[in-house]
Amino acid sequence: MTAPIPVTLIGGYLGAGKTTLVNSLLRNADGRRLAVLVNEFGALPIDADLIVARDDNLISISGGCICCSFGSDLVAALIDITARGQRIDHLLIETSGVALPGSIVQSIGLLPGLIIDGVIVLADAETVEERCHDRYMSDTVRGQLAGADIIVLNKIDLVPPERVAASARWLAEIVPAARVLPARNADIPCEIILGRQPEPRPIAYRIAPARHRTAGYEALDLEIEGPVDAEKLASVLADPRLGLLRAKGFLRQAGGGFVTLHVVGRRAVVEAAPSWIDGPGRLVCIGLATEMNRSAVMAAVGGDFHPPRCSAECQPKA
Amino acid sequence: MTIIYQARKVVTMNPSRPLATHVAVRDGRILGAGSLDELAGWGGYELDRSFADKVLMPGLVEGHSHVAEGVQWRFVYCGYFDRTDPDGVVWPGLRSIEDVIARLSEANARLSDPKRPLTGWSLDPIYFDNRRMTRQDLDRVTTARPIGIMHASGHIMNVNSKALELAGMLRPGVNHPGVPLGSDGLPTGEMKGPDAMTPLGPHVGLDRGLLASDEPGLRAFARLCVRKGVTTAADLANLLPQPAVEMMRRVTGEDGFPARIVSLRVARELNPAELVDRALELRRLSSDRLRLGVIKIVVDGSIQGFSARLLSPGYYNGAPNGLWYIAPEQLREIFERALAAGVQVHSHTNGDEATELVLDTLATALRKHPSPDHRFTLQHCQLANAAQFRRMRSLGMCVNLFPNHHFYWGDQHYALTVGPERAERMNACATALANGVPLAIHSDAPVTPLGPLFTAWCAVNRLTASGRRLGTEERISVADALRTITLGAAYTLGLDGEVGSIECGKHADFAVLEDDPTEIGGEHLKDVRIWGTVQGGRIFAAASI
Repeated sequence: MTAPIPVTLIGGYLGAGKTTLVNSLLRNADGRRLAVLVNEFGALPIDADLIVARDDNLISISGGCICCSFGSDLVAALIDITARGQRIDHLLIETSGVALPGSIVQSIGLLPGLIIDGVIVLADAETVEERCHDRYMSDTVRGQLAGADIIVLNKIDLVPPERVAASARWLAEIVPAARVLPARNADIPCEIILGRQPEPRPIAYRIAPARHRTAGYEALDLEIEGPVDAEKLASVLADPRLGLLRAKGFLRQAGGGFVTLHVVGRRAVVEAAPSWIDGPGRLVCIGLATEMNRSAVMAAVGGDFHPPRCSAECQPKA
Repeated sequence: MTIIYQARKVVTMNPSRPLATHVAVRDGRILGAGSLDELAGWGGYELDRSFADKVLMPGLVEGHSHVAEGVQWRFVYCGYFDRTDPDGVVWPGLRSIEDVIARLSEANARLSDPKRPLTGWSLDPIYFDNRRMTRQDLDRVTTARPIGIMHASGHIMNVNSKALELAGMLRPGVNHPGVPLGSDGLPTGEMKGPDAMTPLGPHVGLDRGLLASDEPGLRAFARLCVRKGVTTAADLANLLPQPAVEMMRRVTGEDGFPARIVSLRVARELNPAELVDRALELRRLSSDRLRLGVIKIVVDGSIQGFSARLLSPGYYNGAPNGLWYIAPEQLREIFERALAAGVQVHSHTNGDEATELVLDTLATALRKHPSPDHRFTLQHCQLANAAQFRRMRSLGMCVNLFPNHHFYWGDQHYALTVGPERAERMNACATALANGVPLAIHSDAPVTPLGPLFTAWCAVNRLTASGRRLGTEERISVADALRTITLGAAYTLGLDGEVGSIECGKHADFAVLEDDPTEIGGEHLKDVRIWGTVQGGRIFAAASI
């Protein structure tokens, strides 16, 4: 049985920057084969220079990615796109501006072959608080935010810094479990949304410098010798106080086998690891340099671990 | 060639000449209604006495249905109420799960291909003392082929074990609010809501392609129109891709096609600018029997599915508020562009909050693009309150209400969804008329059966299936109801100058009735026997359609 395809939902109200983020991910897919489903009133909103070919409802994108629109029937579109037999490394769903990601997560749970990786909800720094008090849309926008693993507080360059900080605090209050990640033009590094590149069979696991234009992210690359209670570790890493955006690890179990640990914001999943995993356990944690609580991460991992190595490229530049 | 039809009675809906004995027709148009002497003045004629013992009404107008009704009949009818198929066969209602199993077993025995799914529709277990159907029930029909039965509400599906197995869902650990689990930890076979149903659809013959209309479906739908006295029917939410438009133009243009279809382009897959452009393009593709160029927007969900958007205090049983299917900004842009281009928009709103949003949005858009006679129409609009009807009047809106809901789901609305007070107010036909809001009433077929005279009966009597009279004050008179299913619905479709009454210059569209709806009494309106129709001067007998 093939491994399930990870699915990332990209939600948020109309105009929050979902399409910008999707285009940025396609532009930086870097060998990942992305399949994108967009719900749009209108032509597929993919930047023209990325498009290789279009055929009715399907757009082929440079680098082996594809994009379809799904109108009113997401589940049907998911069945169609996964039945095409093309390799898909990661599936992105850009929801409609009024959809509730939480209910989409439940639907995807019904489809064999897919697994939710994370829910990213964009919030327009200029308007999010107003929308959350809108006569008609208040519960919809709050419902969207409540389903987020990571909230991208977007367009921060359009509001004064003190308002960004206030909005971030306010979002953290109304959705305490989610991470809040400020951004300008939805410029979130690919690694945060999609995780690391699928590695070929690693001889020695090492951290690859995160390839992103935005400074300020930090990656912790840890080796863990002994067996670990992965479920417990996963729930600790998902705690907002650690300030992690994403973590991925292959962890040795007491019985000797390995499990894979994924954390995206508040979402933590532990599953069986590929059979080729060997060597010491290892864990990579990514977060904002200013937010990541390194000592708490170390404490969570506990036991024997090697001191962190952080590649220069990951160091905050600002 | 002029033909003068003699009738027992001609009910014209023309206030200055409400009744007549004869109607003269030339080239598909009405020359006039009156006495033979008066009509003889048009020159040479042939007197046709075939309707001498019939009552003629203007051809009935169904203002909100779906051509997909014609497709449903390929499946096994599992409904609780008797229902007539396009061939005129009356399928008796099924009163228990055992009845359903028996009918499905007969259909199963007729299928030879073991892989072919067995598909049913219109199941309504709320009438079976709320005993839920399970996969074990359906497994008694067969475990060899997949079975899927759509509920009458369209919101729930029941499947057998084979169908679950094919969809990869006959396993423990399924975690979804729309998929109840049995004591064995496996799905019971009841799939609630579109997200839970869709993964099963392709395995049980209910994938989306089948729910759209196709050529045989369109023909079947038109035959059903003849049986129900309908000469003009709105097909309210069609994507209208070009090949479908070509097919519909060809089929409706055939000499024997008996109905005028008004097909609305649903606001999906196009942005507002493209949508309005497409509507204008479609308008140019219209023909006499295929009218195009109107937009349909779905604003919220359904009341019985708890997805309608309600104003505070919301649902009676405390269910959370429903879902928006469009953002206010998108609604505003479509309204503004449509008003600027002179394109009509119909908006589906079930809940009163959705209605409020449409009223607010149109009020703003009209300040920008003042548009006399825009006829924007609220569809369903079931929970509108009196203040909202007054605003509709001020804004020049029409409303198409859904009285059939009282009969089919009124008891549930009373007990569960909106509670007694609002259940009595729902589909407030009398308030609409009292406030001068142009009114239509509809079936939403296949959600409820096509049949304007039945819909009129619902509006006149407001009885639920259990016999409760729900909202005495909102009943309307038989005369108002008959006007509403003819001229009223025609007005909302912009066709009141062409159809909806029997008067000089209009299309020769008649409902040919065995009984007189103005004499039979409001409580028997649904029992009026229908002989057939005349459409554009062509005669269609239900018995031979």
